[in-house]
Amino acid sequence: MLEVRDLKKTYATGDEALKGVDVSVKGSETVAMIGPSGAGKSTFIQCINQLTEPTTGTIKLDQIELSSLESERLREARRDIGMIFQEYNLVERLTVMENVLSGRLGYVSAWEAFRRSFPPDDIQRAYEILAQVGLDNMEDKRVDELSGGQRQRVGIARAVIQEPKILLVDEPTSSLDPETSNTVMNLLTDIAAERSVPVLINIHEVDLAIEHADRIIGLHDGEIVFRGSPSELDEQSLDQVYRGATVPDNQSADAPRQSEADDTLYEADPDSVTRRS
Amino acid sequence: MATGERQWNRPTVFRRREIKWIVYAIIVGFFLWSTIGIGVDVGRIFQGIGNLASLIGDFLPPNATPRQAQRILEKMAESVAMAMISTLTGVLLSVPIAFMAAENLSPRPLYAVNRGFISISRAFNAIIVAILAVKAVGFGPLAGIITITFKTVGFFSKLLAEDLEDIDMGTVDAVRSTGASPVQTLVYAVIPQIIPRFAGLSVYRWDINIRTSTIVGIVGAGGIGSVLVTAFNRYDYQYVSAILLTIILVVLVAEGVSAVVRRRYQ
Amino acid sequence: MAIDDRTWDRFDQRRRLGRFIGLLLTTVVVIGSWEYMEIGLVNAETIPREIADLLTRMYPPDVGYTPTIISPLIETIHIAALGTTGALILSIPVALIAAENTTINRFTFWLGKVIVTVSRSVNTIIWALIFVVAFGAGPLAGAVAIAFRSVGFLGKLLGEEIEEIDFGQVKAIRATGASPVQVLLYGILPQIKPALIGLSVYRWDINIRDSTVLGFVGAGGIGVQLFRAVNAFAWQSVSTVLLVILSVVIGSELISAYTRGLVR
Repeated sequence: MLEVRDLKKTYATGDEALKGVDVSVKGSETVAMIGPSGAGKSTFIQCINQLTEPTTGTIKLDQIELSSLESERLREARRDIGMIFQEYNLVERLTVMENVLSGRLGYVSAWEAFRRSFPPDDIQRAYEILAQVGLDNMEDKRVDELSGGQRQRVGIARAVIQEPKILLVDEPTSSLDPETSNTVMNLLTDIAAERSVPVLINIHEVDLAIEHADRIIGLHDGEIVFRGSPSELDEQSLDQVYRGATVPDNQSADAPRQSEADDTLYEADPDSVTRRS
Repeated sequence: MATGERQWNRPTVFRRREIKWIVYAIIVGFFLWSTIGIGVDVGRIFQGIGNLASLIGDFLPPNATPRQAQRILEKMAESVAMAMISTLTGVLLSVPIAFMAAENLSPRPLYAVNRGFISISRAFNAIIVAILAVKAVGFGPLAGIITITFKTVGFFSKLLAEDLEDIDMGTVDAVRSTGASPVQTLVYAVIPQIIPRFAGLSVYRWDINIRTSTIVGIVGAGGIGSVLVTAFNRYDYQYVSAILLTIILVVLVAEGVSAVVRRRYQ
Repeated sequence: MAIDDRTWDRFDQRRRLGRFIGLLLTTVVVIGSWEYMEIGLVNAETIPREIADLLTRMYPPDVGYTPTIISPLIETIHIAALGTTGALILSIPVALIAAENTTINRFTFWLGKVIVTVSRSVNTIIWALIFVVAFGAGPLAGAVAIAFRSVGFLGKLLGEEIEEIDFGQVKAIRATGASPVQVLLYGILPQIKPALIGLSVYRWDINIRDSTVLGFVGAGGIGVQLFRAVNAFAWQSVSTVLLVILSVVIGSELISAYTRGLVR
C-alpha cells in the first residue's frame, strides 16, 4: 500500500510543482491521475521512487518511509516499485529480453549484469511475461526495431518482472494511437488484477481513465482538485481539473458541487463563452 | 504455453558463439604477446613512475634565461610562419588535385594516380616526410614547408574530392545547358556547392598544421622542434617545460581561433 | 517618366570591405611569414628537382633488407596495440568526468577537461621524448606515449557522445533498483558502444602511423631502422621500409573500416 502525505516539490527555479499532495493507493485498485500538462503529474510519480527528490512530505510504501532512504536501502525499495515511462525509456540498442531482464538488476551483481547471466527462474518469468504481453518469440529483436505499442509492452514487461508491490505508470498512451492505447490499458489492468498489484497511472486521456480506473484523482497546478470514482467525474469536475476553477472548502472525499458564483472563474452557465481563465 | 525450461543466451554480433570466443582468445593472446615483447613488467613500470615523480622536480618550475626565451619566441614564430605558408600552398595545390581525384569529373587513369598520391601522403607520419624533405633540400624551414604542404594536400584533396563527388550534377548540367563554357560552369555550378565546407576545412587544417609545425623541427625541418630536442639532450628540463608551455599555449590559441571561425561560417 | 536604373551587386558594401580586408590580411601574413624565415627567393625548379633526385635514388627498393625490419615492425604494432588499449581503459573514466551530464561536481568536470586538453595539445612524439627520460629508451616509453596522447582524444570524443545519450534510458534502469555500476553497464554503455568501438579503432589506426616514428627519439619500433637507414643515406633500404610501413597502414585501415562496419 502506498501512502503519500503532504508531498511538496519546489524546483530550484522557484517553480512550485507540488503544493502538498495527499494520495493513498491500496489493495489492488487502479487509480488514475488526470490533469493538464504542467500540473505536476510526472513530478509526483517521479518523487515516489525518488528519481526526483521531493522537498518535503512523507511517502510510505507498506509502512517503509521512502524519502529518508539512502543509496542501498533506496535501491532495495526501488526493486519493489515497477515504473513504466512515457517515452518507454528502453535501452534501444539492446534486445527485448535484455530490457525485460533489466527489471531484475536489483537482484544480481554488477558482474552478472555485465555478463547477462540472470538466474534461470528470471528467464522463465521473462518468457511467461513476454507471452502474456503478446511479444512471444520477439525476445531477440532489438528494441529500436519495434513499434511504439510493442515498445510500451516491453516497458510493461520490465516493470512486471520486478514482482513489484506497486506499479507506477507515467502517461503510457500519449505516444500511441487510440486502438493501441486501449490494448495497453487493458493489458495493464489485467496484469495488475492477476497479480493483485495496485496501479497508479498518470493519464491525459480522460476517457481511458474513466473506462479503466477504479478511482480518479485530479491534479491541477500542484494541488488535488478532485477525488472520486469515474462516475462522479462530471463536466464541472473536469473543468476544475483542467481549467482550475476554485473549489469549495469541503472537497476532499466527496464529489465537487456546483461552484459558488462569486468563487468561480466562469459564469454559472457552463456553456457560456464569456469565461475568464 | 511452453512449460519446459527455456534457455536464453545473450546476443552477440558474431554469427556463432564459438567464433566470438576464438576471436577474444586471439585478441587476448596478442596482447599477452605484446606485453612480453615490449618488456612490460611491473617492476620497470613502478621504477619508471618513481623516476617520473622525482623528475617532476626537475621539470618544474619552467624556466628560461632571457636568451633562451628569445630563442623560443623566434623559433615559435618560425613554426607559425611555416604553418601559415604551408596551409596556403597546400590548399592551393589541393584544388587541381582534388578535381583530378574526383570520380565524376576525372578520367580513370588520372583518378587512380591522384588517389594513389593522396593515399601516400596520408599514410606516412609528418616526421617521416620531414626527414626526407630535409635530406632533399637541406635543413631549415623550407623542408618544413614542403612537409606540411605535402600533408595538407593529402588531407585536403581527399575531403575536397569527396565533396566534389557528392555535388548535384543536375545543377552542373543545367548551367551547361545555358551555353556556358567549362570554366563558367565550374565557377557558377561547381564552386558554390563546395564553398561552404571549404573555409571551415581550411581553418581546421591550419589548426593541425600549427601542431605539426611545432614538431618537424625535431628532425631539422625548422621551427621550435629543434630547440626542444636540444634542450632534452642537454638535460635542461626546466627549459623543456618552458618550451612545452609555449607550444601548448600556441596550440590552444590556434584551436580557439579555429573553433570561432568555424562557428561563424558554418 | 524616368525609370531609375536598378543595380545589383553580389556583395554589399560592408561585405566587400570585409572580403578585401581579409584578403589583404592573408597576403600580409603570408608575405610576412616568408620574409621572416629568410629563405629568400627559391628557384621554382629546385624543389621538384631535388625531390625527383631523392626519389630516383630510392628506386629500386632493397628487398633483401626486409627480414631485418620484420621484428621492429612487429614491435611497432605492439606499441600501437598496447598504447591504444591502455588509453581506451583509462579514457572511460576520463570521458565520464569530462561529460557535463555524468560528472560528479565542478572540480571533476574541470579535471576532466584539463586532462583532455593537456593530452591533446602535446604531440605523441613529444610525449615519447618525455617518457624516454622516465622509462629509458625502448618500446615501453613508446607505448606509454601513445597511451597518453590517445586518452585525450578518446576522452574528449567519448565525453561528447556521453553528453548526447538519452538520459531517460538511464533513469529507467535506475528505477529498477540497479546499483550505479549496473546503471553504467546497462544504461550508459550500450548507448555509447558503437562510438566506443568506432573511435578506438580509428585511434588505433592513427596510432599505428604515429608509432612508426617513435624510434626517431628512441622509443622503439621501426622508426629506429628508418632513422638509421636515412642517416646512412641507404636510400634503397629506406624505400623498403617505407613500402612495408605503407602496407601495414593500408592493412590497418582495412581492419578499421571492417570493424566499424560491424557495430551499429
